[in-house]
Amino acid sequence: MSENTFKVMKQRNMRRISGLTEPMRILSQLGIYLFLFLMALIVLFPFYWMVISSLKSLAEYKLSPPTFWPKQVLLSNYADAFTTANLGTLFMNTMYVGLVSTILSLIITVLTAFAFARLEFKGKELLFGALLATMMIPGELFTITNYSTVISFGWLNTFTVLIVPFLVSIFYIYLLRQNFLQIPNELYLAAKVDGTGDFKYLWKVMVPLSLPTLISITILKMMGAWNSYIWPRLVANDDAHRMITNGLRNAFTETTGDVNYPVQMAAVALVSLPLFLVFVFLRKYIMSGVSRSGIKG
Amino acid sequence: MKIVLENLTKIFPSRNKKSPDEVIAVNNFNFEIPDGKLIGLLGPSGCGKSTTLYMISGLQKPTGGKIYFGDDDVTEVSTEKRGIGLVFQNYALYPHLTVRQNILFPLQNLRGADKMTKDDMLKRAYEVAKLVQIEELMDRKPSELSGGQQQRVAIARALVKMPRVLLLDEPLSNLDARLRLQTREEIRRIQKETKITTVFVTHDQEEAMSISDLIVVMKLGVLQQIGAPQDVYDEPANLFVAKFLGTPPINVFDGAVKGGKLYIGEDAVMDVKNVPDMPVTVGIRPEGFVLDENGPFKCRLSNVEVMGRDVSIVSTHPASLNPIIRSIINADNKVDAAKAEVRYTLKPHKVFLFDKETENRIRF
Repeated sequence: MSENTFKVMKQRNMRRISGLTEPMRILSQLGIYLFLFLMALIVLFPFYWMVISSLKSLAEYKLSPPTFWPKQVLLSNYADAFTTANLGTLFMNTMYVGLVSTILSLIITVLTAFAFARLEFKGKELLFGALLATMMIPGELFTITNYSTVISFGWLNTFTVLIVPFLVSIFYIYLLRQNFLQIPNELYLAAKVDGTGDFKYLWKVMVPLSLPTLISITILKMMGAWNSYIWPRLVANDDAHRMITNGLRNAFTETTGDVNYPVQMAAVALVSLPLFLVFVFLRKYIMSGVSRSGIKG
Repeated sequence: MKIVLENLTKIFPSRNKKSPDEVIAVNNFNFEIPDGKLIGLLGPSGCGKSTTLYMISGLQKPTGGKIYFGDDDVTEVSTEKRGIGLVFQNYALYPHLTVRQNILFPLQNLRGADKMTKDDMLKRAYEVAKLVQIEELMDRKPSELSGGQQQRVAIARALVKMPRVLLLDEPLSNLDARLRLQTREEIRRIQKETKITTVFVTHDQEEAMSISDLIVVMKLGVLQQIGAPQDVYDEPANLFVAKFLGTPPINVFDGAVKGGKLYIGEDAVMDVKNVPDMPVTVGIRPEGFVLDENGPFKCRLSNVEVMGRDVSIVSTHPASLNPIIRSIINADNKVDAAKAEVRYTLKPHKVFLFDKETENRIRF
């Protein structure tokens, strides 16, 4: 939708609202805000529950009906979380996998997108079509074949197995290629006249111009590493390579089989924090990167 | 640096594999661009003028023929080694870099013996910026500049390497009318100051005529005529050139030569010597008409447009190949718009005869 039609629609909406009588307008505003409030509540409630649960004692946690505010605020749960879960190691493992896979993935994505956007070679369209077609196969279908593949490589319980299978993302390549395609050809020609080779042009012009998309990819990739659960559980669930999600799942089960939920919640709150902060500060890039590509102008 | 194009040809293979039609964008082009001149490559869109420019720049490889800069054959030399500056139609400034960084960009890519120190680069960039009068905008981004300013930055970036040849692709087409006038003077001034051989491409004949030392008129990849603007206007080589140059455009009629006289319709309008009897196409420039109550050329008067200095008379004639005939007369002549007929005598040097078949000029 072009910006103009959007503007027109906006004006029309304003007119529609201002055309109503005063009480009706207040009522409609009230309705809108009520809706937004409910939606926000639905989104925020789990976070709220996580935080208050992390401050309760186990006994209070098990109360029925549950309390909506801890009778006794137990900050010690957070300290316990660190000691029982070995959070430091989990954190480092996750960071390591996240950073390495993000950096490698970015390099691969940039180079591939450049090839598909800029270079001329035989079978380009066909190859790109084939890559896009793989996006239609759900990822879960790969799990078993991937599993037998990595076993035969002897990669079980290594960082490699957590990083390599997910380095190439067709979606990111597609996203970035669309972005590259929007950079006018004249810039490439101008750079050529100025004596710039392909690689330097990519690095000095295309990458800076696609920075919002690259930031989006970085964030999404980091989030992916942070949140991954099934694959790491399957192939790298030993102490040395365990990642945060699985660590949190396992660490708080006591010898009796009981799970110390408040401490687990405290750990969850702690590990959610970095991602939460990243999202708050960079969210405009996530949206702009994803929605920018593919739409001209 | 003079530029010589020798049998230059560019053929684009057909995109569609089923039809074997190739596109001959530039067909066997020969000409020499003298050193230090401003040359306008002129033609309607699709005439191969941009392709010619891109071949001179090295961004496109010719299918056949040679390009010389001075005595050097540069046909196989890559773009960055030709020593050219190129200004694109949409300027192609790097949007993420400031004006200064844009101008520095070509210098930062210099290698080997040409490599410059940072101070020298900054000094050079400043000099060029001053030449095009943007030295106060150095820290802005292209998006913060007007179209005219962006154009200047693009010219500065093209000039900063001190190219042997400056190439401009439709340099004025993205500017509004007022800015266009101003910028073309500016291009003229910069070219005169730097004395760099400059080739620019345009479809606007007025633009080409107003600032070029030489204009090169092209049509469908074929060179039509080269000459000083006034010469080409006064002595068009064929009907296409005559029609393409001049605003308002030339008036074209069906005519015939019989017994040393030129007939348009029934009227013998002018004496022509040394032309055998034959049907011809007649072109008459709007300023080639002289009001004359007893003149031989009778037209049906449609209306009179007063433009201050001049009067434009719109009339019709059955033999005219255009819907209307437009003549430009000095405003001192009073024209009675109520009359049904207007009569002219013709200025012979403003009348051109063309062969009906070949459309080539017939001299008389």
